Amino acid sequence: MPQMTLVQAINDALKTEMRRDPTVIVMGEDVGVNGGVFRATEGLYQEFGPDRAIDTPLAESGIVGTAIGMAINGLKPVAEIQFDGFMAPAFDQIISHAARIRWRSRGRFHVPIVIRVPYGGGIRALEHHSEAPEAYYVHTPGLKVVIPSNPYDAKGLLISAIRDPDPVIFFEPKRLYRAFRQEVPEGDYTVPIGKASLVREGTDVTVITWGAMVRVCLQAIEQLEGISVELIDLRTLKPLDIETVLTSVAKTGRAVIVQEAPRTCSLASELIALINERLLLQLQAPVVRVTGYDTHIPYLTMEQYYLPDAGRVKKGIEKVLSF
Amino acid sequence: MAAKVTLQRESLVPFIQILGPDGMANPNDVVELGLKPHDFKALYRWMVLARTFDERALALQRQGRLGTYAPLLGQEAAQVGSAYALKPEDWVFPSYREHAVLAMRGQSWLQLFTYWGGNEEGNRIPEGMRNFMICVPIATQILHATGAAWAAKLKGEKSCAIVYFGDGATSEGDFHEGLNFAGVFKVPVVFFCQNNQYAISVPRTRQTASETLAQKALAYGFEGVQVDGNDVFAVYKVTRDALEKARAGGGPTLIEAVTYRLTHHTTADDWTRYRPAEEVEMWKQKDPIKRLRLYLEKQGLWSEQDEAKLLEEAKAEIAQAVAQYEALPKRDVEDIFKYMYAEMPWNLKEQLQELKDYLAEHGGDLPHE
Repeated sequence: MPQMTLVQAINDALKTEMRRDPTVIVMGEDVGVNGGVFRATEGLYQEFGPDRAIDTPLAESGIVGTAIGMAINGLKPVAEIQFDGFMAPAFDQIISHAARIRWRSRGRFHVPIVIRVPYGGGIRALEHHSEAPEAYYVHTPGLKVVIPSNPYDAKGLLISAIRDPDPVIFFEPKRLYRAFRQEVPEGDYTVPIGKASLVREGTDVTVITWGAMVRVCLQAIEQLEGISVELIDLRTLKPLDIETVLTSVAKTGRAVIVQEAPRTCSLASELIALINERLLLQLQAPVVRVTGYDTHIPYLTMEQYYLPDAGRVKKGIEKVLSF
Repeated sequence: MAAKVTLQRESLVPFIQILGPDGMANPNDVVELGLKPHDFKALYRWMVLARTFDERALALQRQGRLGTYAPLLGQEAAQVGSAYALKPEDWVFPSYREHAVLAMRGQSWLQLFTYWGGNEEGNRIPEGMRNFMICVPIATQILHATGAAWAAKLKGEKSCAIVYFGDGATSEGDFHEGLNFAGVFKVPVVFFCQNNQYAISVPRTRQTASETLAQKALAYGFEGVQVDGNDVFAVYKVTRDALEKARAGGGPTLIEAVTYRLTHHTTADDWTRYRPAEEVEMWKQKDPIKRLRLYLEKQGLWSEQDEAKLLEEAKAEIAQAVAQYEALPKRDVEDIFKYMYAEMPWNLKEQLQELKDYLAEHGGDLPHE
């Protein structure tokens, strides 16, 4: 089985789907001739030509808006927004239309698009290149939100996203693009949307996380002695796999949520609400959040102070255990 | 027999050039500029300084001593010529490649290194200076410039705003909204587009089916002009004229400076993937700095000794800024929190304390892992 990085797995997923389904097209800034600024779309232009690997004008609202129109008329566009921070101009098209067309049309129309977005911090980039904006999209009714943490899941989830009949925001943790390799099957397979992954089983505390924080949490867990940690990688942020979360927290009675996004009104907030609504009397301690701060992510000289690291995760686990 | 109809393909906008790639210029055109030999030398000095800064910044990035950097190589005349026409009371709204403009407006090379080194202090504009900060999202600053110039008009000030952006920006909605507002309200703003032919890998022809970018102004009801962006004289002239018109109540102008990015979009990019080396070589023949040097030499205003002296001074000036940059003190983590609001709310106070406690537990900094 070939060993792939996460970005190679994304590339492989796109090729696999484009070969299988002639209605799948890729569009965005620099995705054609250049093969994408992270090389996620490398080789697509050569194999599928300029009508299926489309270099668009520099206009995020234009990219998503026209992708919606293409989808209405039978294509399956995979649109790339080059960086998380540049989703803002496309926000109107995403929340006012992509998320609403099935609902507004009473099911007559639907928008099977995927919006791929390199996501998150930790790559020493410029401003607006390191954001964790998942909460806006999880909050918006009508969207699905996916974020893989490893190459195997990245390929399987992206194929599922492309086949999904509804709009999917597909976040790709850019600090993991080339962080490690993993065996990734050739050809067709899927990882289901809406299903979390139990990365590690344990009995004392449940750690719930997603994206690049999965590795940070694993690092923390390996440094903790004598504590049995259960680690959940959500993989899909919406629809949330609430069953996996609740089963685990009911078992351990303690939960820590780790995310790189700011704390206020975040997915961590929602997870706490869900856990409290359903399991309050089974909790041994208040749920702990380890998150980015309620500030903008600093430029590269200070971003390491903002992003949760293994030490902060350990501290969170110790806090929930010492309550 | 029916009348014969001939369709003529004429450009909708003028193209201005004064100084050719061979350093030749029509003397009358030069006189009309109203510039003196010391101005010529100042323009030349700024272009050389900008290129020296650019080379040094690239080298520092390659050595891991600077963050991702957006080089200006090849665009010196577009920036220096336009900035030379500005008055201190005018507002400047840059994108992210206008290092020469910012330096000419009084921002230090140290400040530029600080920004590109990934330190927010590089954004601290000296009090009273009418420069806005580097803007990374494409085209968004165009609306800010329109607004600032509109305010000047509403307040009865005699100042203008100039906004810098690239060819790619003309595809964004904000470009069109900014120009439209400026046209409707006859705002004293100059839209300065450096058409460097590529938005990362995507060529200008892929941004628009228009023959020129400048002609987009016509649809918004004002003047558009194309200028040889590698000709510092012509750039100065069209910018000065546009600013004067704006000050006199004549409204906005769109300037398209036709130039070329001679190297990567940023240090994270690789231009060899999307354009032929011959094309780059062809544009090197139109080098804006060489062109002015040839002119100065022909006028007897510049010698080998002058050149050697200037290069030495430029290197020393930039080297001093690098030394200052690398000696910058480490900042306190409070910096992450303290500029969020005029007054820090409870949650930020709490989170700052959380971070300080965490660092204190590890001897004052992050644990090594």
